[in-house]
Amino acid sequence: MSQTQIAVKPTRPWKLTFRDLVPDLAGALFTVFGSLAIVAITPLKGKLGFTFTLITLAIITATTVSWIRKDRKAAMNSTTTVLVYIASAFVIIPLLSILYEVVRLGVSGFSLRIFTEDMSVTASDTDLNEGGLLHAVIGTAYIVFFATILSTPIGILTALYIVEVKGRLSGLVRFFVQAMSGVPSIVAGLFIFAFWMIQMGNAYSGIAGGFALTVLMIPTVARTSEEVLKLIPQDLREAGLALGATQWRTVATVVIPAAKSGLVTAIILGIARVVGETAPLLITIGGADAINLNPLEGNMSAFPMYVWKNLLIGSPNAISRAWLGLFVLMVLVLIFFAAARYFSSARRRFK
Amino acid sequence: MSHQDNPNSTNDREANMDQKTQNQARDTQRRDATRRPVSSHSLADVANSRLSSVGVPSGSSTGLEARGIHAWFGSKHVLEDISLDFFTGTVTALIGPSGCGKSTFIRILNRMHEFIPTAALAGQVILDGKDVYDAGVDVTKIRLKVGMVFQKPNPFPSMTIRENVLSGLKLAQIKIENADELLESCLRRAGLWDEVKDRLNEYGGALSGGQQQRLCIARSLAVNPQVLLMDEPCSALDPGSTLRIEETIRKLSASMSIVIVTHNMQQAARVSDFTGFFLADGGPGRLIESGATNDIFTNPKQQRTEDYVSGRFG
Repeated sequence: MSQTQIAVKPTRPWKLTFRDLVPDLAGALFTVFGSLAIVAITPLKGKLGFTFTLITLAIITATTVSWIRKDRKAAMNSTTTVLVYIASAFVIIPLLSILYEVVRLGVSGFSLRIFTEDMSVTASDTDLNEGGLLHAVIGTAYIVFFATILSTPIGILTALYIVEVKGRLSGLVRFFVQAMSGVPSIVAGLFIFAFWMIQMGNAYSGIAGGFALTVLMIPTVARTSEEVLKLIPQDLREAGLALGATQWRTVATVVIPAAKSGLVTAIILGIARVVGETAPLLITIGGADAINLNPLEGNMSAFPMYVWKNLLIGSPNAISRAWLGLFVLMVLVLIFFAAARYFSSARRRFK
Repeated sequence: MSHQDNPNSTNDREANMDQKTQNQARDTQRRDATRRPVSSHSLADVANSRLSSVGVPSGSSTGLEARGIHAWFGSKHVLEDISLDFFTGTVTALIGPSGCGKSTFIRILNRMHEFIPTAALAGQVILDGKDVYDAGVDVTKIRLKVGMVFQKPNPFPSMTIRENVLSGLKLAQIKIENADELLESCLRRAGLWDEVKDRLNEYGGALSGGQQQRLCIARSLAVNPQVLLMDEPCSALDPGSTLRIEETIRKLSASMSIVIVTHNMQQAARVSDFTGFFLADGGPGRLIESGATNDIFTNPKQQRTEDYVSGRFG
């Protein structure tokens, strides 16, 4: 053994070099230009024709290249890889284009003023430098807040019944929760309309909208919480019980803290499910142009209502207001979710 | 038993097993050599050397006693007529092949058996003169007196090391004045204090597997149990951690009764005063033989025990 020290350089032999990528790049270029050529000379026309040709050609090219370079198994692998990429593109492209459109059309009317004014003295047709959507912000905040504080305990306790108590009825309860999550949102609105408003004689109000959204939110929270609780290892429950704890004590001090971030996700998914709901609100909150600070009484507005109303009016300024409403809703929800994620995952450093 | 079916392969296996057992025994001897002189290399000697160091267990005060225990899962009879006494100040090892009901048996001792929906049982478990399965007995009090350490280290992930150790108090809603003293004494008794005293506010999951298991032992000590049940506590650990835990067991056995299920015969010989050998010969698990560990490993009364402890099957 020599005493001289040889400097060993870390390498990544499995990394593809440019040479390895040349056939793939050539295949990709061939696919794109081939599709363009086919669209140019054949009756297949337009964006749809191009997309169709591109997908077909991508699959054929990738499969053929792999088959020639390696073997049949590699060809199958390439085919499925391309299919998976195409499927992801089908999900991502519409999503990005929606985001792009909302930002493009919504950001123009944005100023901080819209958070201080409502539409009580402004017509939808007027220029966008007047009026705001504070009434919609307040309305949505009230309604979602009510729905959340009602459905979070009900949803999580339902999940605890199914997973922890495993009572005699847990199968039945799970079945009903699943059935409830398939209920069309207008039915939830009609239920509150028939029960809370017609039977009990209440008028349009924010809390009625909150009730309607609660009906929609419970199944989402309950089902997600159920999945999260099932992931907690049985070992931890047994360890808690073996320390002389009652079942409730074990659930409260061991299971729920261990599942905390998952349960927060369940609530976030529930809010995401209901925050954009329009149909149940149409028949429960009535809609308004002015700020209503009392959630228990009087017509209330909300973001979806605001957007819907302005779209119905149809003049260019009103439609711009609708886009603005969508944009602000999107940004607020994004901020809210980011904050919830941050606080649920932030672990205490010091005690 | 398939001994006679294929003599060649069985012989090979026996030879292997013997070789392995002896090697392990020799390693053990080497490790122990610094503490006590040992002349030869067998399990019996391991058991003997322990006996000479601790003296013959008195076996006078009965802490826990199982009388005629049977157990079922659904219609499957898994344990038949097990009677065993566990004395305070001693370690009892339960050995036997997988699936012979050792774990089921110790879960019966602190009433964890009933969490399996199809489980049923017959017989009595006497703790301080009373049957723990009597009507009106508070199950949570039983589990406070009979603690348990599981096969896989399972510290509570949402709690710091400190909170984990004291979690038993929180779970059983016991209030104490000097939590810090208890924290230190539990961690010291579990042999973990020096390693974690500067990181008590870190999460339990940050520790190594062996440390986590000792944290779990410290956690079960905090509620001051009379009996500690250990279900293969070292099966997921490396030899070093195993050694640390065995030292912990030895220290703890002075003040409580410890029942340990193990697949490691050396471990049984090293740490236990009494040994029970379980076997399920196609049917329900039975207690084939029990007695002082020394006797079980030196001159077992049953041929099957001798076959098992010498590695001839299982």
